Amino acid sequence: MEFKNEVWVFIEQRGGKPADVSFELLCKGNKLAETMGGILKAIVIGSGTDEIAKQTFKYGADEAVVIDNPSLKDFRTIPYARILQNLVKENIPRIVLFGASIIGRDLAPRVASHTKSGLTADCTDLQISDVKYLNENHSKLLLQIRPAFGGNIIATIITPDVPTQMATVREGVMELCPLDKPKKEKITKIEYKPEPIDDLVQIIKQHREENKVNLKAAPIIVAGGYGLGTKENFRMVEELAHTIGAEVAGSRAAVDAGFVTPDRQVGQTGVTVRPKLYIAIGISGAIQHRAGMQDSSKIIAINSDPEAPIFDIAHYGVVGDATSVIPQFIEAYKHKLK
Amino acid sequence: MYNSIVLVKQVPDTANISGKVMKDDGTVNRSKLPAIFNVEDKVSLELALQIKERYGGKVTAITMGPPRASDILRECLFMGADDVYLISDRKFAGADTLATSYVLSEAIKQIGNFHFIFAGRQAIDGDTAQVGPQTAEKLNIPQITYTEEIVDLKKDKIQIKRKIDGGYEIVESKLPVLLTVLKDVVTPRPFSAKRVMAYKGAKSLIELEKLTEENSLLYVDKLVHEYKERKLYINTLTTDDLNIDVNRCGLKGSPTKVFKVESVVLASGGHKKIEATKAGLGELIDQLMSDHIFG
Repeated sequence: MEFKNEVWVFIEQRGGKPADVSFELLCKGNKLAETMGGILKAIVIGSGTDEIAKQTFKYGADEAVVIDNPSLKDFRTIPYARILQNLVKENIPRIVLFGASIIGRDLAPRVASHTKSGLTADCTDLQISDVKYLNENHSKLLLQIRPAFGGNIIATIITPDVPTQMATVREGVMELCPLDKPKKEKITKIEYKPEPIDDLVQIIKQHREENKVNLKAAPIIVAGGYGLGTKENFRMVEELAHTIGAEVAGSRAAVDAGFVTPDRQVGQTGVTVRPKLYIAIGISGAIQHRAGMQDSSKIIAINSDPEAPIFDIAHYGVVGDATSVIPQFIEAYKHKLK
Repeated sequence: MYNSIVLVKQVPDTANISGKVMKDDGTVNRSKLPAIFNVEDKVSLELALQIKERYGGKVTAITMGPPRASDILRECLFMGADDVYLISDRKFAGADTLATSYVLSEAIKQIGNFHFIFAGRQAIDGDTAQVGPQTAEKLNIPQITYTEEIVDLKKDKIQIKRKIDGGYEIVESKLPVLLTVLKDVVTPRPFSAKRVMAYKGAKSLIELEKLTEENSLLYVDKLVHEYKERKLYINTLTTDDLNIDVNRCGLKGSPTKVFKVESVVLASGGHKKIEATKAGLGELIDQLMSDHIFG
């Protein structure tokens, strides 16, 4: 089967602002399109989207497809899904990428279902490769790579038998790399044709708070895990972070246990970070957590279990009980700074 | 009066998994895993039961899975579900979210007469959060994902507070609608002792067939009739009972294929060991200062 080598990225907005993850995906999409010898299109749905459409060329889009209408100002599942699935059916792109945000995870499955496309959630890597599967050769397939089943395995998913391959990726997983010279602007406007089904759901009220936590920008992060045992012990992680001027983060287990808020979760289903220093305390180092922090420049692991996998990616390892190591660390730090 | 259908799933306890449970084709050998009731699905069942208690109606729980998934259907009965369905067939094995939502949506069409479909936001084995929205799409009804609270319910309209990136929104939807529910929305009730006594003997068709294999004096049709009479029958649907295209089911009907599975092999760590003493930590801090990370 011959396919058009088009890579599409859904450009998501929240309150009229483009989401970082969409631009990160354009950067990745640009590389995938180059490898396939194809082109990258940004799909912009919303109201008053001119500026956002223009920005996409800086991140590698060859073309921005714009569907602009006042009734599309805020994301609503059905009209957005209808627009996208019709575009997919008419143009049959080879790849469509979505942020694994609340919007992306609401929209992508609906579109994939309608177009009977394959969809892989929360990929931590995407590659193009020729693949031999069940004795059949497939050229330039999208390898959708993600940890699975408690992080004991890394699975590579393919969708060899359908025209369009879809994937979602969390914010921060792909690097943002604006081009030195933006691509030439090409904007295609497509008219929105409303249907009664679009209005079955109405937004009554929206409330957004500026995200106060910005883990991605923090040069130093101190992260605690389930190994801390109690919320009280987790306070010591916060104290250490406060002392050395770092942001506080946690593993999924620590978030699930209520030690720390979900906006501070690092890992496959949280934020991906690349700080200068990452201190992991009481974190065993499951693959999902490592996926979110292994590119940190320096990693210190503090854990009472010398066999914990976190030590395998650490630059410095301290075997010991967090409740005794942390106070000593704080004291030593204060002493050195005198 | 509102009728709800709740999508529930039995999931492997992902905290207790080893690489050995993967089959050669890359799918999971679920029979080797401890199985539990997916927590967010239990929360959605609770929400459906609360609506029933307040407004009247019926709660039906359905699951697609292997025969032993009837365990969680019995748990649904213990909590208060009126009716339960096991959708099980070898041809459903290896289904991805698209094939799963196809079968679920066809079963829902057959059960019919619903105002709400409830599901957990996601199941802990795949964390995909895809089956809810895909089922809604196949039924051509609206979906509200990431439900945090039911704000209001009047006639054929419901208002929901749902999570969005960076905050929340309140949306109003016409019924019928599919809702996916977050973990902390409500606390699932404990099993009622009375209901446990009443329903612990509930059996699916597959379980009744097994009884007849062990005892030649029993006949399946008669048993099914008897269990139905005693309200202990777990409705069981196979490909024969549903109006479906088997090519859209199971591994065959799944566009996503597991190409490769690798056990996680860690690059053996060349990390520097630091003594857990003030002197040891002091040296580490010196090092970080000379690297201009500290200070």
